[in-house]
Amino acid sequence: MKRFLVSLIGIVMSLPVLAAGGGDTVIRQAEWSFSGPFGHFDKASMQRGFQVYREVCAGCHSLKYIAFRNLADLGYSEAEIKAIAAEYDVEDGPNDEGEMFTRPGIPADRMPSPYANDNAARAANNGAYPPDLSLIFKARPNGADYLYSLLTSYGDAPAGKDVPEGMYYNAAYSGHLIAMPQPLYGEDVSYADGADDSIDGHAKDLVNFLAWTAEPFLETRKRTGVAVLTFLILLVGVSYGAMKFIWSDVKKA
Amino acid sequence: MESKEFKNPVVSWIDHRLPIFSFLNHEANEYPTPKNLNYFWNFGSLAGIALVIMIVTGITLAMSYTAHTDYAFDSVERIMRDVNHGWLIRYIHMNGASFFFIVVFIHIFRGLYYGSYKAPRELLWMLGVLILLLMMATAFMGYVLPWGQMSFWGATVITNLFSAIPLVGENIVIWLWGGFSVDNPTLNRFFALHYLLPFVIVGVVVLHLVALHRFGSNNPLGIDTRGPQDTLPFHPYYTIKDFFGLSVFLTFFAAAVFFVPNMMGHPDNYIPANALQTPAHIVPEWYFLPFYAILRAVPDKLGGVLAMFGAIAVLFVLPWLDRSPIRSARFRPIFKIFFWLLFIDCLVLGYIGAMPAEGIYVLIGRLATVWYFAHFLIILPVLSVIETPRPLPQSISQPIFSAAGGGLAGAMSAPKEKVE
Ligand code: HEC
Ligand code: HEM
Repeated sequence: MKRFLVSLIGIVMSLPVLAAGGGDTVIRQAEWSFSGPFGHFDKASMQRGFQVYREVCAGCHSLKYIAFRNLADLGYSEAEIKAIAAEYDVEDGPNDEGEMFTRPGIPADRMPSPYANDNAARAANNGAYPPDLSLIFKARPNGADYLYSLLTSYGDAPAGKDVPEGMYYNAAYSGHLIAMPQPLYGEDVSYADGADDSIDGHAKDLVNFLAWTAEPFLETRKRTGVAVLTFLILLVGVSYGAMKFIWSDVKKA
Repeated sequence: MESKEFKNPVVSWIDHRLPIFSFLNHEANEYPTPKNLNYFWNFGSLAGIALVIMIVTGITLAMSYTAHTDYAFDSVERIMRDVNHGWLIRYIHMNGASFFFIVVFIHIFRGLYYGSYKAPRELLWMLGVLILLLMMATAFMGYVLPWGQMSFWGATVITNLFSAIPLVGENIVIWLWGGFSVDNPTLNRFFALHYLLPFVIVGVVVLHLVALHRFGSNNPLGIDTRGPQDTLPFHPYYTIKDFFGLSVFLTFFAAAVFFVPNMMGHPDNYIPANALQTPAHIVPEWYFLPFYAILRAVPDKLGGVLAMFGAIAVLFVLPWLDRSPIRSARFRPIFKIFFWLLFIDCLVLGYIGAMPAEGIYVLIGRLATVWYFAHFLIILPVLSVIETPRPLPQSISQPIFSAAGGGLAGAMSAPKEKVE
């Protein structure tokens, strides 16, 4: 035990420390409506992102922290949310007979996960674990650009790079070998509003959606922040004036 | 203190029996304060306010937090998403810890520059160092509570340090954990202690203030006040100045909370703790980085731990290492240079703490560590003997020469308070 822990600490401490991805990863940058002090969400894009999530990613990735009722933030009406929730089967119970049962989802339910548990998720993915996506945006440095790059940087490995069975080459992923098969190819999902359905368009919509799942209060936060800062900057001015006034009778020396 | 007459009869009645109002009046209203304090004297009251902010937001968080390995991470997410203004309370608490340390670090360097640790303020200084230690313990345990990857692995790495203690080390670690690894019992006791320690800090802060009010504040000239011409009543002069300082502080604080709340945190802490998956890079919170650098600078584990605690221990005995009777660096030309070298040294240590322990970083880390200790153990004692100080002014209100020094204080103080 002790020797294990000591060597563990040794390993841990000798590892490179700064969180910086895998050194030679290629990160592409884009403009995001939610960045900056006046940032806001692009609801139409988030709805499309949600659609891509449902039709592509939801097969492998859960979204545990999101309840259907939260979808109101994307601009869905109450009726639409009820309809979306009802498309899912949710396990509930036990009932009066002590049995678990399935029923159609309601707005108060959280989004059901694709796998019963982590082991089932690994078993279905060659031992790799598809992480929950609710917080992925905040769980990676430079979340927006990173996710955008990850989803659009699959390709052929450069000559000399070995890609083992069940792994895929991705220039944005740390180490360049990821166990997630390329999820997006472009035109994977048909958008009702005729928006850009290239791989780039899908990826951007997903980023807008995942920025929201990680930080649903982002707009409120920034809006409150602008008001609070305005007040505080005024307060700085007023209190400075008051200080100068009170100190005006103090002789310098 | 004399019982004072108050206009309000109720206040008067109470004060006659329980002289609390006289006490407050004496400590806040009449309390004579040197008139030449610069803005570096704002950071004490800011630290007090930061402590109150931490306690208020902390208790509010505790109402919705669950200290169990299965629920802690989820309960913090619930606070963020479902509790009214939960995201705000949590971001204030999270960033509040960083700002608390920023304020306290500035407060400490202020003391180092102006010699505030010297007689008769040795105990005041030592109580301050004790507060720093308690803050570090509190922040370390608080960071474990959200039970993310960095929470778990940071706790594992730091608690393991105690296994370096000869003979009993391993037992101590098991005792700290309440088991054979960082697990649910660890989380529970960390929560209990994280709730307790801030109130212990409050207690030490009270002692710190009692010690302060015995001789009053030091000042940028580092000379004693010589009567009413040198002082001002604390209220309204310093209450308004502290209020102005507070509004500036809150502006920076709010900018962080509302616009870059995760800047000083680590993304990995948004991944739930996983004992089977070591993160690629385990880094402590930024305010521990200089100490982390010192820990890693010593090739031997026990030596590293001793050096890290030694870095704080030298602060404890600082009043007896620097024997120069001159307090303020303004009148100590050589000390002033070494002060700034120490300041840079601490920044270097902080940077090295964030870098991998390899190649040139190891060497720089070692040199910076040696410099840190040499400053306190060799340079200061020697300087106290060999340095020729510049002449001191006769009093705060009658300097014998114009604008002393400049430097740290001169650059920052408002023209009014400069002694000219
Ligand atoms: C076939 C199952 C599958 C599908 C479909 C899928 N993923 Fe993944 N995903 C995985 C697996 C497995 C991993 C873990 C990869 C690893 O550990 O190497 C992963 C990892 C990830 C990661 C984490 C990468 C990192 O930095 O660690 C993100 C982000 C992600 N997927 C997003 C998506 C998105 C967005 C979609 C939908 C467009 C999607 N995935 C579709 C299986 C899938
Ligand atoms: C000296 C004052 C304090 C300091 C320096 C401090 C520091 C911290 C830190 C660094 C965290 C981790 C933040 C994060 O990453 O999420 C934290 C979390 C927490 N603290 Fe404190 N804290 C203080 C006082 C208190 C008090 C008085 C309470 C009351 C019980 C409290 C309750 C909590 C709770 C419940 C959490 C977990 C929730 C969360 O992670 O956001 N804290 N604290």
